[in-house]
Amino acid sequence: MLGLGVDRLQADINRLLASLFHQGVLDEHFLQLQQLQDETSPNFVYDVINIYFDESEKLLRNLRLLLVDREFSDYKKIGLHLNQLVGSSSSIGARRVRNVCVAFRSASELSNRPGCMRGLEVVEHEYHYLKNMMHELFQLEQQRLLAAGVRYPV
Amino acid sequence: MGRDGGVSCLMRAEMNMMSVGGMESAPAPSDLDEVHVLAVDDSLVDRIVIERLLRINSCKVTAVDSGWRALEFLGLDNDKASAQLDRLKVDLIITDYCMPGMTGYELLKKIKESSNFREVPVVIMSSENVLTRIDRCLEEGAQDFLLKPVKLADVKRLRSHLATKDDVKLSNGNKRKLPQDSDPVTITPPLTISTESSPPLTISHDSSDSSSSSSPVEMFSSSPIDDDEDDDVLTSSPEESPIRRQKMRSPGLD
Repeated sequence: MLGLGVDRLQADINRLLASLFHQGVLDEHFLQLQQLQDETSPNFVYDVINIYFDESEKLLRNLRLLLVDREFSDYKKIGLHLNQLVGSSSSIGARRVRNVCVAFRSASELSNRPGCMRGLEVVEHEYHYLKNMMHELFQLEQQRLLAAGVRYPV
Repeated sequence: MGRDGGVSCLMRAEMNMMSVGGMESAPAPSDLDEVHVLAVDDSLVDRIVIERLLRINSCKVTAVDSGWRALEFLGLDNDKASAQLDRLKVDLIITDYCMPGMTGYELLKKIKESSNFREVPVVIMSSENVLTRIDRCLEEGAQDFLLKPVKLADVKRLRSHLATKDDVKLSNGNKRKLPQDSDPVTITPPLTISTESSPPLTISHDSSDSSSSSSPVEMFSSSPIDDDEDDDVLTSSPEESPIRRQKMRSPGLD
């Protein structure tokens, strides 16, 4: 009975991951992160992703503050923030976030203010979608570990 | 594949300690047999990833967040000779290219200008596949140029180069052919392979599938990844990396 729980949860995880890869939300670099996780570093993926969230949210906040300012003109700064976001998103395999950041960056390079506002909104949207998906994944994994733990008592 | 011996329970605290601008102390002379890498990257996420990549390959790592801090660590930031210099052992410097203040290229130049560290191999990492950039770095003496995001296979390859170099230094009559002694290197321009053209990810339902890079099923599994690469770095050829063969993203000096 408990065994079925583990299998079902694993199937849910697989399905979610497959969907995220299929949608292009994640790419193979996300799997690379998993290769860096082992018994000496069992929470590596979770920790890196959370640091990515912290850093990204700081950058997104700064971007919004810059753009809503009526006297905004510092497109170069926008570009620098976006370089960071592009880089870190790429490193963790957040492909869609990375791509929309690149598009946003192009608008900033053309000093296109409305384009930048749109770009920011799209990035925020994709970022939050990714974050929700990651939380769901982590939750499923947590449940799976618990179910597996109960099945094989020490 | 070597593993980091220290079990880190306070992952986040440890990572923050090590990676946010600060520096680890240099390894003591007794650690001279271990490879010590200085990693330079302004991105916290990337510092953590590169640090882990190196540690998983049995390297001691000092991670800093800027070129200036790197020079400071090496004792190159002023004209006074650093008292620490006798004990400082750096076997490899790996640096991001795009950094505010001092770029990786500028850092590379400064290192190659120094008498103490010009022999230390310097590897440049960049998210952009720009031929002129790559050429410039290689001309300035960079050992290798890695495309970001850096993969496990890239670091393994670097590590195996370092291992063979050390071996030859230790044994006098060694006639083993080194990568740097081989025929003139042809640097093939990296193919710009967009990830759309990469083979579709296969979702395997077979949990015994050991091909970790293609199976999302292995995601989060707590069992150690069954590594299909040769663990013995002395005999494994850098060419063997299947990922590298597929992607061919890092030009390398092979």
